[in-house]
Amino acid sequence: MLEATPKEIVERKALRINPAKTCQPIGAMYAALGIHGCLPNSHGSQGCCSFHKSHLTRHYREPIMAATSAFTEGSSVFGGGGNLKQALTTIFTVYNPDMVAVSTTCLSETIGDDLPTFIRQARESGAVPEGKYVIHANTPSYVGSHVTGWSNMTKAMVTYLSAKTETPNNKLNIIPGYVEPSDVRAVKQLVTQMGIDAIVFPDTSDVVDTPKTGDFQMYPKGGTPIPDLIDTGNSTATLALGNFTSEAAATALQNKCQVPSRVLDLPIGLRATDRFVQALIEFSDVTPPESLNDDRGRLVDVMTDMQQYLYRKRVAVYGDPDQVISATEFLVDCGMLPVYVITGSPVGKRFEERVKDILKDTVPDAVVAANADLFYLHQLIKNEPVDLLLGNEYGKYIGRDEDIPIVRFGFPILDRVGHSYFPTACYWGGIYLLSNICNTLLERLDRDAPDELFELVR
Amino acid sequence: MTPHDSDTLKLEKATYEVDPKDVTKEMVSPYPAKVARKRAKHIVMRDPSIEGQEIQANVRTVPGILNTRHCAFAGCKGVVVGPFGDVLHIVHGPVGCSYYTWMTRRNQYRSREDGKNYMSYCVTTDMQDSDIVFGGVKKLRQAVQEGYDIFKPNAITITATCPVGLIGDDIQTVAKEMTEELGISVVAFNCEGYKGVSQSAGHHIANNGFFKNWVGEGEATDEEIEGFTVNLLGEYNIGGDSYEIERVLEKCGINVIATFSGDGTYDAATKAHLAKLNLVMCHRSINYMAEMMETKFGVPWTKVSFIGVQAFAKSLRKVARFFNDEALTQRIEEVIAEEVAAAEAEIAPIRERLQGKSAILFVGGSRAHHYQDLFADLGIKTIAAGYEFAHRDDYEGRQVLPLKVDADSRNVEELRVEKDPERYKLTADPAWVEQLKEEGFLNRYEGMISEMGEDTLMIDDISHHELETLIKRLKPDIVGSGIKDKYVIEKFGVPCKQLHNYDYGGPFAGFQGAVNFAKDIDMRINNPTWKLVKAPWQN
Repeated sequence: MLEATPKEIVERKALRINPAKTCQPIGAMYAALGIHGCLPNSHGSQGCCSFHKSHLTRHYREPIMAATSAFTEGSSVFGGGGNLKQALTTIFTVYNPDMVAVSTTCLSETIGDDLPTFIRQARESGAVPEGKYVIHANTPSYVGSHVTGWSNMTKAMVTYLSAKTETPNNKLNIIPGYVEPSDVRAVKQLVTQMGIDAIVFPDTSDVVDTPKTGDFQMYPKGGTPIPDLIDTGNSTATLALGNFTSEAAATALQNKCQVPSRVLDLPIGLRATDRFVQALIEFSDVTPPESLNDDRGRLVDVMTDMQQYLYRKRVAVYGDPDQVISATEFLVDCGMLPVYVITGSPVGKRFEERVKDILKDTVPDAVVAANADLFYLHQLIKNEPVDLLLGNEYGKYIGRDEDIPIVRFGFPILDRVGHSYFPTACYWGGIYLLSNICNTLLERLDRDAPDELFELVR
Repeated sequence: MTPHDSDTLKLEKATYEVDPKDVTKEMVSPYPAKVARKRAKHIVMRDPSIEGQEIQANVRTVPGILNTRHCAFAGCKGVVVGPFGDVLHIVHGPVGCSYYTWMTRRNQYRSREDGKNYMSYCVTTDMQDSDIVFGGVKKLRQAVQEGYDIFKPNAITITATCPVGLIGDDIQTVAKEMTEELGISVVAFNCEGYKGVSQSAGHHIANNGFFKNWVGEGEATDEEIEGFTVNLLGEYNIGGDSYEIERVLEKCGINVIATFSGDGTYDAATKAHLAKLNLVMCHRSINYMAEMMETKFGVPWTKVSFIGVQAFAKSLRKVARFFNDEALTQRIEEVIAEEVAAAEAEIAPIRERLQGKSAILFVGGSRAHHYQDLFADLGIKTIAAGYEFAHRDDYEGRQVLPLKVDADSRNVEELRVEKDPERYKLTADPAWVEQLKEEGFLNRYEGMISEMGEDTLMIDDISHHELETLIKRLKPDIVGSGIKDKYVIEKFGVPCKQLHNYDYGGPFAGFQGAVNFAKDIDMRINNPTWKLVKAPWQN
């Protein structure tokens, strides 16, 4: 598979090999799908839209509806204003969405397309019907990663839509981060369980995990309703889950509508979920119901029941920064050793310091790197192996070459199902994630056991 | 049966419950007037009484319309260049385009003796904003050096994404310089995504690059290659298709010199001009290469299909006829008899379960056409079909060439190719080749229209709305399409077979491939799950 990867690690200045990130617009497209009745439009050549749709489709095994401004060479020379206007005309005439969320690409960014002006002109020319919305995010692929794209589009929801009126809504805003629809569902369930009224955005549940009914819905029932997005300006506070995906929107909302905000880790694992619950208590003045304490207790129960298979197991964690941070903390809390912690996103010191802080008492010499790739991770593993890989699909090649089991976690996962239905967020999600980890290690133990050690009970 | 007789594969008259004319109207009805007029030209109902029926194709996509087309980069790197497995493919651009062409087309590759295999690597310069501002040439040169130092590949390709062309990075010069510096072939492709109107432009760019740099450039360029030798052009080894094709060809005693580009190698590509005949599978993606090789080196080409039991047998007979060798012909007939019998034994019981079902196919630049034959083998009627990136000749046949050159096709280089004074060599008796050409046996492609049944619908570059209308009105038993609309189709309760990229199946080419396909289609259409879409209390 990856036989050509040498063990010796040499510095690379120019070559990215087997990246652990992809480009901004795909994140923006996915975020836009989290608004009810929204059709994303990729402003660039049609290949970008096609790539993003294909990849999201393979990950979710669901229709991903998105349009493109379909640039050809002429638009690249003369600008894409005409293309956007025509795209909006076509989209509103034929597909009738409530909103179009435009994200730019390398192409439209490099030629300097001025999206706010184009959108204004399109509206003035009648291409955007009354009562319909068009928002945009600048998402050049040569800046940040898909994580940044998500963050930018989520922020655009605030800058375009959020409004403060005289009437407080007594709700909490919750920005759940770049997660699976199952995770958003888990967050919403926990909030409901606490008796809290919240506006959760973007919300991809019931959009990319829709039931099969024999009919196709262009705009499924899920997604944050536009009136709710506007109303976020009247909320009591905002909880932004995930530093790198949700903080920008929360800050924008604070600046625009003076809604106080707090940034928390993604509630993946025990303690990150505890902190989320704590924050909910603090901002809403509610007491968690006994059922929530029970849920928490069940997760702790699994953690202790399974400790014999987890303790001091060496793990390599890679993927998106917010997921990786929370997962690292969870693994440590389970007694495991995350020895390599890698994100491909160029999020730098803030990520590295955070992870190192989590690991300082347990694995002080762990290799922690942002803006890294899977080629580097593979080389680290060749030098000193791990017992488990925790990360997205692409790690399977390393797993096969080095004979290491892998638990799929994060984005993308193209060869397994379940990720869009079973959460890894909140207490129940923790049980699911930990079951996956334990059962994978147990499978391996059984596979490798000689007859006399092939035990009925584990 | 004469080898080029296609009568056996002609599709039957469509029998719809609804009038296809009404369906056509409904397909374009929600569009703005101008768009409706434009799209109507892309929708044609087959009428065999009309000589030379025309269809609009290979024109710009309407911005905002939901279709499944792709870009020049996807066609160049993703389709044609990428499958060369012993070659390191460096994508010059921001990370995304490289990432999305990382293994997703399932181009399988077996390591050769030198063990060099970079198929599962994704390699890019990952351009950052400073590279866009100050230019990425320096970084690219460094990247090529690093790629060489780490991997020592047999050759390197550089493919450009959108911003590279805009900022004017001279990747051709980098390739030239690095070829000299490293002593291996480094080829650059200016396949920026905005070129042309679909991925088709990228195929052309890829062909040009390989023809200019590789074909005829091998060290052993003058060596004789004995026997019945062919190249496979336009075969990408998706899901292992090439393996099945080569198995049968070898069994017949036909040697494959080079494959462009599935399971292909750099060395073989440089020797491609030594083959005696080019077999063109995907006409759309590679007819350029076939034409240029004939002009420069004298290698004639014939259009074949490896998809479908009858179609593959017919293609093998074509090879037999070209070589005109009694022993070979006999061997091929023996192989056909043996293989067809084996395949038929497995397919026959499945056909009973599929007989009379209907399919609509929207895929590729000739894939829909190829798969019609395979569906026909299974007793399934194709009632509507079309391509996402075809040109008019893919529908109407090569006789419509040359087509009008417009602003969008002009930006792909047209190579001026001349006879190579030293290496041009006719591989067969000129009179024989001439005779075969006159018969339309060589250098001919009939396209889709001639084989479509009366009243069937042909739709070019189908849009989401049009597909939805077809599904609701024609109620096909299966749709052959790609990943982007697979789940749209399946939400309607209609199974979809991915034919552009098979995702989890294959091989579907050749005789055993047809058996695999039969099982796959049986599973998709007859799986009891589809009957459970509604709850008992909803029925």
